[in-house]
Amino acid sequence: MLSSLGTKSVAVRTPDDLAGIDAIILPGGESTTISMLLESSEIFGSLNQMIGEGLPVLGTCAGMILLANEVSDGRRDQKSFEAIDISVRRNSFGRQIASFESDLKVKGLEESFRAVFIRAPGVEKVGDSVEILATVDSDEQTGVPVLCRSGPILVSSFHPELTADSRIHQIFLSLIK
Amino acid sequence: MSDTQSDNYEIGTFRVKRGLADMLRGGVIMDVVNAEEAKIAEDAGATAVMALERVPSDIRRDGGVARMSDPVMIEDIQKTVTIPVMAKARIGHFAEAQILQSLGVDYVDESEVLTPADEAHHIDKWAFTVPFVCGATNLGEALRRISEGACMIRSKGEAGTGNIVEAVRHLRSILGDIRKITQADAAELFQWAKTLQAPLGLVQEIAETGKLPVPMFCAGGIATPADASLVMQLGAEAVFVGSGIFKSEDPAPRARAIVEATTHFRDAAAVANASRGLGEAMPGLEISALEVKLAERGW
Repeated sequence: MLSSLGTKSVAVRTPDDLAGIDAIILPGGESTTISMLLESSEIFGSLNQMIGEGLPVLGTCAGMILLANEVSDGRRDQKSFEAIDISVRRNSFGRQIASFESDLKVKGLEESFRAVFIRAPGVEKVGDSVEILATVDSDEQTGVPVLCRSGPILVSSFHPELTADSRIHQIFLSLIK
Repeated sequence: MSDTQSDNYEIGTFRVKRGLADMLRGGVIMDVVNAEEAKIAEDAGATAVMALERVPSDIRRDGGVARMSDPVMIEDIQKTVTIPVMAKARIGHFAEAQILQSLGVDYVDESEVLTPADEAHHIDKWAFTVPFVCGATNLGEALRRISEGACMIRSKGEAGTGNIVEAVRHLRSILGDIRKITQADAAELFQWAKTLQAPLGLVQEIAETGKLPVPMFCAGGIATPADASLVMQLGAEAVFVGSGIFKSEDPAPRARAIVEATTHFRDAAAVANASRGLGEAMPGLEISALEVKLAERGW
C-alpha cells in the first residue's frame, strides 16, 4: 500500500528500527499482545517520547486502542500512548460474527469508503481537540465515530489496510511534514 | 444527518471472515482446556486461544471418539479472556459448527484432531457467518478447503507428538508447490489443477499472486521457541501451539517464550534468549511409532 503511494516503509521490531522514521503506523492485531511486545522489545519508551514530540501516527483498530486516552474492556496492564483525547471500548460491536463492512462517508473524500471492521473498537467519547472524520451506523448503534484526527494523530476503528483503497493512507501521508 | 454517515452494512462477507485471520498474522494461537489455561495464554501474549476438551496428546493417549467441547467450558473461556476464542468441530459435523457459531466463537476449526463425522464431505463453510480454519497436508487439500469456504489454512503437522517433522513436511509441500506453480505456463496450470484435484481458478490465482488466497498458519508438533522460529522462517504466517505449552514442565514461561520467538523469528539472538531455562519440553513421539496419524484424516 505505502510503496504504491511512493513512500518507503520499514517494519519496526526493535528500538533501533525507530531511527530515521518520519511517521509510524500502529496496525491491527490484538492490542493486549501488541502492548506486551512493545514493552518487551523496549520500544514503548522511545516511541512514546517520539509521539509526544509530534511524530505522526496512524492507528488502525488495535492501533487506535493503543493511542486512546481511555480504554474500557481492556486488560488493566495494557499500556497506551494516550495521544488522542478519545475513550474507546474494545470489541464494541461484538464478537467476530458481528464483524462487518460498510460504506462510509468520509470528510474530505468525494466517494464513499468501503470499510472493514473486525471485532472493532468503538469510540464512546471525544474531546474538543478531536475532529470526527467518519461515523458508522451498525444494527445496534448509530453515529459511532470511527475515523478521528487530532493534530498528526489519525485513528480508525476499521482496517484501511484490508482493502485496496489507499485514500485513508493518503490522508495520513498528508499529515506528515 | 451530518456530513458523516454510513450505508450498505454487511456481516459475514469473505473479507470480514478472512480479516480476522489477517489480524492474527505473526502471532501465537494456544490450545487451552479451561479458563485458567486461557488466562495464562492471554497473559503470555497469545493472539487467540483454541478451546478444546483435551489437548491432542491426551486425545492420542486416551483414544475413543473426540468431539466438540462442552458449551459451558467454551463460554467460561469467553468470559475470562478478551482475545478471540476459537473452538473445534469434527470434520463434516456441520451441526457442531452451527452450535459453535450460536455460542459466538470467533473462529471454528474443522479439525482432524477430533474424530471425523463424515468420511467423504467437509462442512460447507460458505453457509456460515463465523469463519473457518482447516488443516492441510498439501496444496491440493488446502485449495479444496478454500473452495469450501475456509478463510485460513493451517498446515496440519502431527498434533500431540511434540515432533516438528510433519509440520515441516507439510509446509514445504504446500509452499514448494506454490513456487512451482508460479513458474508454470498457462497450459501446465490445467495439469496442476488435475494433479492437485483443486479448482482451476484457484490454481490460476496462485500462478499470478504466488501465494494462497488466505493466510497460512502452522500447527502440529511445535514444542519449543526454536520450532516456532523454524516454521515462521519456512513461510508460516503464525503458529498454533497445542500440547506443546500445557504439557511442558512450566507452561507460562514457555508460552511467553514461544510468543517472543514467533515475533522475532529471524533474530537468532532473541530466539536464543527466549529459549533459556524453560525446563523440560513436552515428551515427544517418533512418527513411525504412531498407531493413528491424525493428519491422514481429511479428504
